[in-house]
Amino acid sequence: MNSVVRYINDIYKGVVSLWTGMRVTGKYFISPGEIVTEQYPENLATLKMEDRFKGEVIMPHDENNQHQCTGCGICEMNCPNGSIEIITKRVPNENGKMVRAIDKHIYHLAMCTFCELCIKTCPSNAITWGQDFEHAVFDRTRLTKVLNKPGSSLKKKEVKS
Amino acid sequence: MILLDIYSFSTLTSSIDKSLNDAMAPWMATLTEFVLLGLVFLIFYALLGLFLVYLERKVCAVIQNRIGPNRVGKWGMFQTIADLIKLLMKELITIKNADKFLFNLAPFVVIIASFMAMAALPFAKGLQAIDLNIGIFYVIAVSSLGVVGILIAGWSSNSKYSLIGAMRSGAQIISYELSVGLALLAIVIFSGSMQLSTIVESQADGWWIFKGHIPAVFAFVLYLITATAEINRGPFDLAEAESELTAGFHTEYSGIKFAFFFLAEYMNMFIVAAIAATLFLGGWMPLHIGGWEGFNQIMDYIPSIIWFFGKTFVIIYIIMWFKWTFPRLRIDQLLNLEWKYLLPLNLINTVIISFVVLMGLYFK
Amino acid sequence: MSEEAVKKIILKEDEDYIVNMGPQHPSTHGVLRMEVCLNGETVKYMIPHIGYIHRGMEKMAESNTYKQIIHLTDRMDYLSAHINNEAVCLAVENALGVEVPERVQYIRAILDELTRIASHHLWWSAFGMDLGALTTFFYGMRDREKILAIFEESFGSRLLHSFNTPGGLMHDVHPDFRKHTLEFVKYFRKKLPDYKNLLTDNVIFHNRTIGIGVMDKEMAVNYGVTGPSGRGSGFSCDIRKTAPYGIYDKVEFNEILYSEGDSFARYKVRMDEMEESLNILEQLVENMPEEGGFTAKMKPVVKLPEGEYFQRVEAARGEFAVFIVSKGEKYPYRIKFRSPNFSNLFVLSQLAIGGIIADLVAITGSLDLVIPDIDR
Repeated sequence: MNSVVRYINDIYKGVVSLWTGMRVTGKYFISPGEIVTEQYPENLATLKMEDRFKGEVIMPHDENNQHQCTGCGICEMNCPNGSIEIITKRVPNENGKMVRAIDKHIYHLAMCTFCELCIKTCPSNAITWGQDFEHAVFDRTRLTKVLNKPGSSLKKKEVKS
Repeated sequence: MILLDIYSFSTLTSSIDKSLNDAMAPWMATLTEFVLLGLVFLIFYALLGLFLVYLERKVCAVIQNRIGPNRVGKWGMFQTIADLIKLLMKELITIKNADKFLFNLAPFVVIIASFMAMAALPFAKGLQAIDLNIGIFYVIAVSSLGVVGILIAGWSSNSKYSLIGAMRSGAQIISYELSVGLALLAIVIFSGSMQLSTIVESQADGWWIFKGHIPAVFAFVLYLITATAEINRGPFDLAEAESELTAGFHTEYSGIKFAFFFLAEYMNMFIVAAIAATLFLGGWMPLHIGGWEGFNQIMDYIPSIIWFFGKTFVIIYIIMWFKWTFPRLRIDQLLNLEWKYLLPLNLINTVIISFVVLMGLYFK
Repeated sequence: MSEEAVKKIILKEDEDYIVNMGPQHPSTHGVLRMEVCLNGETVKYMIPHIGYIHRGMEKMAESNTYKQIIHLTDRMDYLSAHINNEAVCLAVENALGVEVPERVQYIRAILDELTRIASHHLWWSAFGMDLGALTTFFYGMRDREKILAIFEESFGSRLLHSFNTPGGLMHDVHPDFRKHTLEFVKYFRKKLPDYKNLLTDNVIFHNRTIGIGVMDKEMAVNYGVTGPSGRGSGFSCDIRKTAPYGIYDKVEFNEILYSEGDSFARYKVRMDEMEESLNILEQLVENMPEEGGFTAKMKPVVKLPEGEYFQRVEAARGEFAVFIVSKGEKYPYRIKFRSPNFSNLFVLSQLAIGGIIADLVAITGSLDLVIPDIDR
């Protein structure tokens, strides 16, 4: 008799647990709730990433095409896998002395691991994070970018008196 | 003259018959009717299959809190057609040591079995292709032929995975056929006949699920569970589970042959749901509550074909609900469930129903 | 591995029916090749083959400074990335004797617990999907998105942050960090009954996991299985209790232990741990000080004095430990990572014997393996 009672008890408990499970999913059919997926290519107009989003490393230029990179090479030393290459040249400054200036700041986007050591250790705050995330290309050489724009020059720091 | 009365399709069928017989010799008229019926069924089968695949993807998406296909066509309507075109363009891979004749025969056996079962269903008042006096017995017998197709597919693929999958699937379907038959037997006892049109007409004053109170509801629940196992779906789809042994018995098929297996699975779901709707939920009979004349008049306005498809789609939705909620059963637990739980309950239920019918203890 | 399996590797017989659950498979959680020898449906023995994603992290670390090693530890067990970073940072800070501000310790602990919950979410989603309940994947991922949104707001990236650095953090967290964390705690508490109803109480799920893959306490200790998999067998190995680091000695929480040792016990340990983490989060967010800055004063070039240093932390999957041998330079001479998944994997070949392939999938899911952590 005991085994018969246990048999019926098993069936009853099993059916009840299945029905509670079905209620959880059935609820979504009656009241669908908020759809969390984003309709990606259509919502590009209103898509806004977070302020600190790590899209790629960029060097901001102001309206006079001036940047703040002095070519010191500290970012190249701190990068763990060699994604940054600095090429410098010597130019005369306003006193006629030859000083070092940045010629090309080469950034290999394909190798970058987004560890932000270069941004944090730059003494002149020349580079920062950009928000562009669409980096898919057909040709790998397009992922090697030169961060300083052609014809740009170093912005002079204001001397605090 | 071809007349169309939406409430009773017998006017349409008899007018077509009359005009054909007027136009040509009797044997040629019959032949034309055969060809016409075959074409109608083929087109209906294909269109409904495409629609059911799309419906499954949308239902699954709503349960999972997302939108289903919505790029191809207005609400993703043409997604299945795009999939079908892709499948048609795929290369038909022939396996080196496989038995070529059986390998090519297997998808056809599966599709033909489900075609033959669909021929006997009453779709609306006056719209039934074959009205045998052993209607329900014929349907169960013919749908058993699908197992042969699956076993042939597994054996002739000459691959370990396919063989294991086919053996499991064969064992599963053959065991569950017993319970399906017994659950349907319940309604045969209630209505006293195996002919499908008689069963539907006997539900004119109320569906069997209401008239037959508790034992009929019990038989309905048992039928739903065992029918889901019959069609290799839902929590019983171990034979084709992707995360275990790749894809089971149809691993080695590609292109149109795979499309046949895929389509046959969805159409089997439709047939199983249609049988449940016919036997338990009244077929094409509208919902009548005895005594409420106004209500019955309104229910009569809706054409019978819409009743039939509505009920079938409700049951299809329940079957889909099972699949997307529960984890899978292991093969030994599956067989355990059938032989130790479902079959004894079914037998007890049958005995109770016979008692109820003999004593007249149900709503007539 | 069983004795039979070891014999087979040395002298393979030809009449074994071997099925390869190869490196590409829908249910192994990464690139792992499992060679399974079947007898009908039962498993006679199982040999795992690893090394498909070996990247040489310990060797790469020998030519990186201590600040640059952080981004490597991220990519081992990527689901508990923050906790891995913390191990190296704590080792360096203890070696140099640097005292980090209390605010930093609170933030690190909050991020630890958020990472733990996110990792258990992904485990739950994948476990349900392996067993066939396909909706659990979407529910778990949807709730995990809320945590990833908190991360993206403060750090800019969702999974691999490299936010820890020896001495503190790279920069300060977003001002809305505490508010959003509390909102998440409230949201997730409401969703936990859904998880329980959908999978934990389900009779089909019970039949698939109760009594499957039983690992007793002695086997867990011998193989070194730590984390939730070990605690499901009664092995009390929570580093947050036995060797507390950071702020964990000031937080009150229970250590979850079950003694049955089957897959269902391991499942319950992780579900209960998610709830405990929510309690810990509430305590931490309430007590977090506002002042204190985000880093201690450190020299720009970090040089460890000569010697050997060891630090262990409780990652989401077990005990993650770091052993550094330094010769006084800015690069380590040798660094060794003790990864939890490496020890957890090899008990699988013992547990799989005697079951069927469906059981193998359930056991792998309940042990929660992340393969890049095994190969490093």
